[in-house]
Amino acid sequence: MTGTWFGSRVRRIEDPPLVTGRGRYVDDIHLPDMVHAAFLRSPHAHARLIGIDTATAKAMPGVHAVLTIADLAPHLTEERLPLGFRTRALPDGITPYVLAKDEVVYVGEPVALVIADSRYRAEDAAAAIAVDYEPLPAVPDCRAAVAPGAPRARLAMKSNVLTEFNQEYGDVAGAFAKAAHVFAVKLNQHRGVAHPIEGRGVVARYEAADDRLTLWDSTQQSHEIRSFLGELLNLDENRIRVVAPDVGGGFGCKFILYAEEAALATATRMIGRPIKWIEDRREHFLAAIQERDQVWEMEVAADPDGRLLGARGRMIHDQGAYTPQGINLPYNASTVVPSVYVLPAYRLHVQVVETNRVPVAPVRGAGYPEGCFAMERMLDAVADGLGLDRIEVRRRNLVPAERMPYRTPLLTRAKTPVEYDSGDFPLCQNKALDGIDFASFRARQESARKAGRYIGLGLAHGIKGTGRGPYESGTVRIGRSGKVSVYTGALAMGQGLKTILAQITADQLGVAVDDIEVVAGDTATIPLGLGGFASRQTVTAGSSVHIAAGEVRAKVLKVAANLLEAAESDLELRDGEVRVKGVADMSVSLRDVALVATGMPGYSIPKGVEAGLESNQNFAPESLAYSNGCHAVELEVDVETGQVHFVNYVLVSDSGRLVNPMTADGQLHGGAAHGIGNALFEWMGYDQGAQPLTTTLAEYLMPTAPEIPRFTVIHHESPSPLNPLGVKGIGECGTLPAAAAIVSAIEDALRPFGVRLGEYPVRPHRLLELIRRGTNPQ
Amino acid sequence: MTVRFDVNGRRAEVAVEPRTSLADCLRHHLGLTGTHLACEHGVCGACTVLVDGEAVRSCLMLAVQAEGRSVVTVEGLSNDAALSPLQAAFRRHHALQCGFCTPGMITTAHALLTEEPDADADRIREVLSGNLCRCTGYVGIVEAVLEARAAYRGHKADAAS
Repeated sequence: MTGTWFGSRVRRIEDPPLVTGRGRYVDDIHLPDMVHAAFLRSPHAHARLIGIDTATAKAMPGVHAVLTIADLAPHLTEERLPLGFRTRALPDGITPYVLAKDEVVYVGEPVALVIADSRYRAEDAAAAIAVDYEPLPAVPDCRAAVAPGAPRARLAMKSNVLTEFNQEYGDVAGAFAKAAHVFAVKLNQHRGVAHPIEGRGVVARYEAADDRLTLWDSTQQSHEIRSFLGELLNLDENRIRVVAPDVGGGFGCKFILYAEEAALATATRMIGRPIKWIEDRREHFLAAIQERDQVWEMEVAADPDGRLLGARGRMIHDQGAYTPQGINLPYNASTVVPSVYVLPAYRLHVQVVETNRVPVAPVRGAGYPEGCFAMERMLDAVADGLGLDRIEVRRRNLVPAERMPYRTPLLTRAKTPVEYDSGDFPLCQNKALDGIDFASFRARQESARKAGRYIGLGLAHGIKGTGRGPYESGTVRIGRSGKVSVYTGALAMGQGLKTILAQITADQLGVAVDDIEVVAGDTATIPLGLGGFASRQTVTAGSSVHIAAGEVRAKVLKVAANLLEAAESDLELRDGEVRVKGVADMSVSLRDVALVATGMPGYSIPKGVEAGLESNQNFAPESLAYSNGCHAVELEVDVETGQVHFVNYVLVSDSGRLVNPMTADGQLHGGAAHGIGNALFEWMGYDQGAQPLTTTLAEYLMPTAPEIPRFTVIHHESPSPLNPLGVKGIGECGTLPAAAAIVSAIEDALRPFGVRLGEYPVRPHRLLELIRRGTNPQ
Repeated sequence: MTVRFDVNGRRAEVAVEPRTSLADCLRHHLGLTGTHLACEHGVCGACTVLVDGEAVRSCLMLAVQAEGRSVVTVEGLSNDAALSPLQAAFRRHHALQCGFCTPGMITTAHALLTEEPDADADRIREVLSGNLCRCTGYVGIVEAVLEARAAYRGHKADAAS
């Protein structure tokens, strides 16, 4: 298992086409006879849909169809999309419609589908559709949703509150009754947009001759899309092929079935021609899912030494106008609050509410960043309230290494215990402190302040349940050509999945990674799959491929032993051959082994060998593998401009054994950059009428190269006992503690001004306002 | 209407509507799909191509404005035999993940290094600030461009062609 490839900084097999412009993303697919789609979207946050007049649009040149829900409905089993991550905790009737019906509930909701010769003409025609709306009062945010007398975000609902639940353990009342100190923390966590650089997109083609639907889809979940479309269109799923071509990033927003995908799949059957729809950036702002709007009101109880006794409070989670996917996001947020600390008692009341904002589903982190932010802000409040060092308070509360594996009293959604399987949190903290040179920091801060410069240091921990099941698929096959192929239902969207699966395979079969073909996310190549979410694929798909490659290896040895008339134990797999160790010229190529194992007409295959050099596995982890990390941030605030500059950013990460430390670094860099965006830049504005205010990348700021520091990444590898590779996930881990560490560092820098922050993003004008307030206290 | 310009050293003659963007013309009329569109409002830089050697956003330029010009896309900076020094550096430094921003990064970096083969890390970051990447945090990209500088030194004059 620990061969030449596993654990090495292997260059990615994905790269050569991508750096030369030969990638094949969905918009690069051109089919004969293909037509183009544009969607007319609601300009209202909430309105009754009185009527749609499509006559003018239909008569325009090059227009093939203008479709509303009334046109699509006869071809659908349901007018609404199926709920992802089905749960009984939620009421019925909460998912989006394939196209709006009777009512629009957020700006951007698709109302009509136009199909024309070109996208240009489709957009022209969409502009010519006349829609009669009767505007209704809108719910602009989650606080307003629960205010007395609030309007309803959707008329069909009795209440804006979709569900409420408690997360609770320990003697909370007792902890607070005996506590020497209680501190309050109020937080406004803010939603961001996923913004993969490639937006969503789909090409749908129906072939009547064989009653077969194919979707090329920029998605994180090919197999799920196939199942959902099968339900909606009443098509056996074997008649549907969903292929994810090169996917230009996902970050969560491509892990649901959207109205646009369903509408195109329906429309291509109606008009009998392939249809392409490519999301533009404005549509991404208006109709791709968003995450992180949550209001938290917490109290934390501590003893005089800063040791936590309990935490309690309430959280309101903004679900937006529809619920495409279960309650995983607020549930995750509620279960991660104890984080890497010993928290004896905890109670959180969660309300999941509808607003007239864009629907919510996980964006890189899936509730974990919010829970992490809440806990880290409470620890800062304890430290400040007791006059203790913030890092020392964390140290005193960390779960000690000797208590690992550490079982919290909480349960995952799968009802398994939240148990941290491996790790050493104090050690990770020490590495972070060494990396950031904490020992000299206070002296440096003091002399900087004397020079009129404000530097600050923040540290935060995070922990993430990764490798979520129930399983992921992996097939390893050596074809008759001798070529090694790997197939998986896992989804490649930039993580380097293909490279790491090739590494895992290469070690078993003695071939180079460049000689292995990996196909991910094509339902025609493998029957089962769940796709890319929850930092899961190295654990799940990696383990499946590892086991499958091991089985293929065993078959190869059996056949080769027969061919070479040697004992299996004397054989080795190297350079595409099976060799007798130490005997020159005693070898057989994988191609010849494959030929024998696959069988030729009329010839027999060796006794005891099952035909074909192939194995298909669906590794199912027993529970989540917990990755943890510690971010230490040194930054400087310019008190004249309110700008924040990073001086040093240290990322300590424990994601178990690393298959490829280079791509692991890349995941952490990107994750932390996303967290920096959340912390400092990315503001998705809505006004009081729930009209979005930021619909271009000039208004909504993503971090660019000058804003992102050169990270120092330090890996600590605690193997997970829960899978054969000892690996854990990493994709979201860099994001988790970033905002908490940055906000803490900003407060530390601005201590002379008494700046306190319960929110992100922290943008310059807001900081200036707080600095001025601190300079001239009223 | 018909527009004529050079693309990657070859003469192109294309019938387009006047409103067709250069990006759409390259991608959909000429099949040069290496140039990517991500924001179509001039912020993200994914569609960057070289027009007469200058890095230009092909989403903000009409195809007809390319009349008589010389356009180079990422395909024109590539050859079948091997990766260019800049492309190889991108691979070596893990300067791409999903790869969608990569063509724009490469054309932008090529234009920069052609003019300023000694650009330092700050200058590289400044110039690349017009190109968004969601995957990498830019760390590998800056490293890659720094490393590729060596290949641009000494032939500043002809590197753009």
